[in-house]
Amino acid sequence: MKKKIVIALSGNPNSGKTTVFNAITGARQQIANYPGVTVEKKAGRVNHKGHEIEVVDLPGTYSLTAYSLEEIVARDFLVNERPDLVVDIVDASNLDRNLYLAVQFKELGIPLIIALNMVDVAESRDIIVDHEQLSALLEIPVVPMVARSNRGIQELLDKVIEVAKDDDKKWQPAVISYGMDIDQSLDEIEAIIEKSRVYDRKYPARWRALKCLEGDSQIRELLKRDPDLGEKIDVICRRILKHIMDTLDEEPEGIIADHRYGYITGITKKTVKRKIESRLNLSDKIDKVLTSRIIGPALMIVILYGIYAFTFSASETPIKWFEAFFNILKSAVSSVTPEGNLQSLLMSGIIDGVGGVLGFVPLIMFMFFAIAIMEDSGYMARVAYMLDRVLRWFGLHGNSVMALVVSGGISGGCAVPGVMAARTLRDPKERIATLLVVPFMNCGAKLPVYAVLIAAFFAEHKARMLFFLTLLSWAFALLAAKIIRSTVLRGPKTPFVMELPPYRLPTIKGLLIHTWERTWQYIKKAGTVILGFSIILWVMMTFPGPSDEQAKFYEDQQKKLTQSFLASPDVRDWVKGEKDLAGLNGLYDSYMQAVKENDMVSLSKLDKLPLFSVVKAAVFLESENFSKQEMDSAHLNAAARYISYKRDMIDMDVREQQAALKGTIAGWLGQRLETITRPLGFDYRTNIALVGGFAAKEVVVSTLGTAYSLGEVDPDEPSSLSERLKNNPDWNPLKAFTLIIFTMLYVPCIVTVIMIRKESSWSWAGFSVAFNLVVAYLVSLAISQVGTALGLGV
Amino acid sequence: MKRVIKMRQMSDNQEGVIRKISTTGEIGRRIREMGIVPDTPIQIQGRAPLKDPVAVKVRDYVLTLRNNEADHILVEVEEDEPA
Repeated sequence: MKKKIVIALSGNPNSGKTTVFNAITGARQQIANYPGVTVEKKAGRVNHKGHEIEVVDLPGTYSLTAYSLEEIVARDFLVNERPDLVVDIVDASNLDRNLYLAVQFKELGIPLIIALNMVDVAESRDIIVDHEQLSALLEIPVVPMVARSNRGIQELLDKVIEVAKDDDKKWQPAVISYGMDIDQSLDEIEAIIEKSRVYDRKYPARWRALKCLEGDSQIRELLKRDPDLGEKIDVICRRILKHIMDTLDEEPEGIIADHRYGYITGITKKTVKRKIESRLNLSDKIDKVLTSRIIGPALMIVILYGIYAFTFSASETPIKWFEAFFNILKSAVSSVTPEGNLQSLLMSGIIDGVGGVLGFVPLIMFMFFAIAIMEDSGYMARVAYMLDRVLRWFGLHGNSVMALVVSGGISGGCAVPGVMAARTLRDPKERIATLLVVPFMNCGAKLPVYAVLIAAFFAEHKARMLFFLTLLSWAFALLAAKIIRSTVLRGPKTPFVMELPPYRLPTIKGLLIHTWERTWQYIKKAGTVILGFSIILWVMMTFPGPSDEQAKFYEDQQKKLTQSFLASPDVRDWVKGEKDLAGLNGLYDSYMQAVKENDMVSLSKLDKLPLFSVVKAAVFLESENFSKQEMDSAHLNAAARYISYKRDMIDMDVREQQAALKGTIAGWLGQRLETITRPLGFDYRTNIALVGGFAAKEVVVSTLGTAYSLGEVDPDEPSSLSERLKNNPDWNPLKAFTLIIFTMLYVPCIVTVIMIRKESSWSWAGFSVAFNLVVAYLVSLAISQVGTALGLGV
Repeated sequence: MKRVIKMRQMSDNQEGVIRKISTTGEIGRRIREMGIVPDTPIQIQGRAPLKDPVAVKVRDYVLTLRNNEADHILVEVEEDEPA
């Protein structure tokens, strides 16, 4: 009999569930969400001994209550999809707490296999688990394994097939005693439920009765479908609640939990042998240092800084490869397409737009790799532990730290996976507050903007300035969180009842999978949304374009310049008409090219041409280190006239391009926005750049480049734009700093907005845009106004 | 002599046995599902640099709680250390 076996993989967080899942399914994984909720659903397949096994990864949980989304998702999946069996991954070194979930599967009655993982870790701590005895006492198959090194995976799959073959698929809820009072009420309720014709048979009656006594909201709602019986059950529940409160000063829920642990302790006492009772293991010893009062925080800063340094130095070379690749692509495109709108769309629109984002892939990848190490080693949990007290004051949770760090807490992250990292927060208010403030962090896309402006105006304090901006973004994010949590999202703080998982050496496979998942999200953003926006922006910055008169005006101006150049007495001897001028231009370009490439053969050939002495004089004049003796004054005069002519022509080009930009949709919009942005010191060109930055912050740089008519500006090679801004009389350090802060705070990029919507709702995504804009505007206004008042704006 | 005190009052490295969890609702449930139930031996592992949260060794693993959550947990300790 060959049929598909469906298994659900379950287990506590940190029990090695992901490792088991990866070991079973390899690369054949699909990631989606459970319908209607933002809980990730991973599924994979494996063929084992002729059987096709589908593995569904349930969210990691400690329990099966109705309190958290993950737990509801897990049990709904079991009840509605009815997988053939559950494989519960249990950490052998931490057996008691891991069995708490297993006991709840037993109560539900679904066929169960326990995968006793990390037996090696347990043994290294002198904890020996007798798995045969454990299996006998629990009446459940137990497979010992070490998923990290693939030990026991095959045996587990063998056992899966063996259990799934069993045709007796009826769920058999285990009968565990919770004390006489509760047992009695359970029997009563179970009998009532079994009598009903209204209730479906999806849940076993005994499990339903148990959940009722635990005060499970979801199950109680379901029982109200039969009003008469629902009422009867309610009466029993209330009676037992009062009775237990009176006699034991506890709620039934607490008593049930206590008995589950009593049952577990009874079993583990007989199956677990320890050589030495409770001593400090290696992980505890490491914690004595890594979370200690002074060394802990100091080391945390060093580690975070180390990640920063590693990411930037490691990604330098691959980023250059990406750049080179896009440059080759561009020259290929320019050689095969005719000059005009199509070429401009391909080069300025698509390749620059998408390339600008993809160019950061190496940086982002190393960043995520470093973060994956922090997570998989267990250090991230310590960071949350150490920072909880601080974050709590701002209305956030220790676990918010992850989202903040990924988004750019160490400059260079990305808010898209950052928003997703906020999923670890259980409380919706704390989660949404985190979602709303992560866009303030300095993501990798903002760095090129900072780089350009810092290089232009704060070049002497580069590193200090970047560090200062990192601190500022944290300050803004935390203060904003405090404001949000004491106004629109006021509410109680959620508990910090968390596990500090033991330190573990991350596996390469796990690290690579984690890194790739997040990097892929970033790449997808470039391939989809950024592509679309690049095209839209290109259209906005190209059309309607200059009118014919305008174009003709500049053409005439350039003609006039040429005529006056040709008529000049200084050059008449060498350049006698437009043909000679073209020859001179050509010679000048080839000479510069040859010098640049150090091409001696071409140089010696050029040397023989008649106009060469003029070109040589021009080059000498421009480089300003010539010795006058070599040149005669006629040549020098001609060269000087030629240089000034060239400058005038370029200047005219720049004016034409700027006029053209002003005549486009973007130019129109930028000018309209000037009414609002004038107090900040932003002109229409900056406004256009900021509008473009809504697609992705990198676009601010490339758009500024276009707006200041530099043609191509490479976001990673910002020197040319920096120079231009530095020499522009409209710009000064104050304006640059205002723009830096505005860029840091204003709207999240479009992809982040879409992610925020996915993780919350349209209204929160809209709120996020409006809130960030208001904060950015007010802060920038304050900086600009105070700065001007202090006389800094010159 | 033995005495029952709140977990918050315990000093670092002090051992004790859980006697009662005096809260219900979400916090009570989460504390219990993590294995903090009566008769469980625990040891204070340490505290975060800002003295909160607290790390507790329980059932072979380390659990962290905030001080205001630890207030709900009553622990029986040996009386040699004054609180």
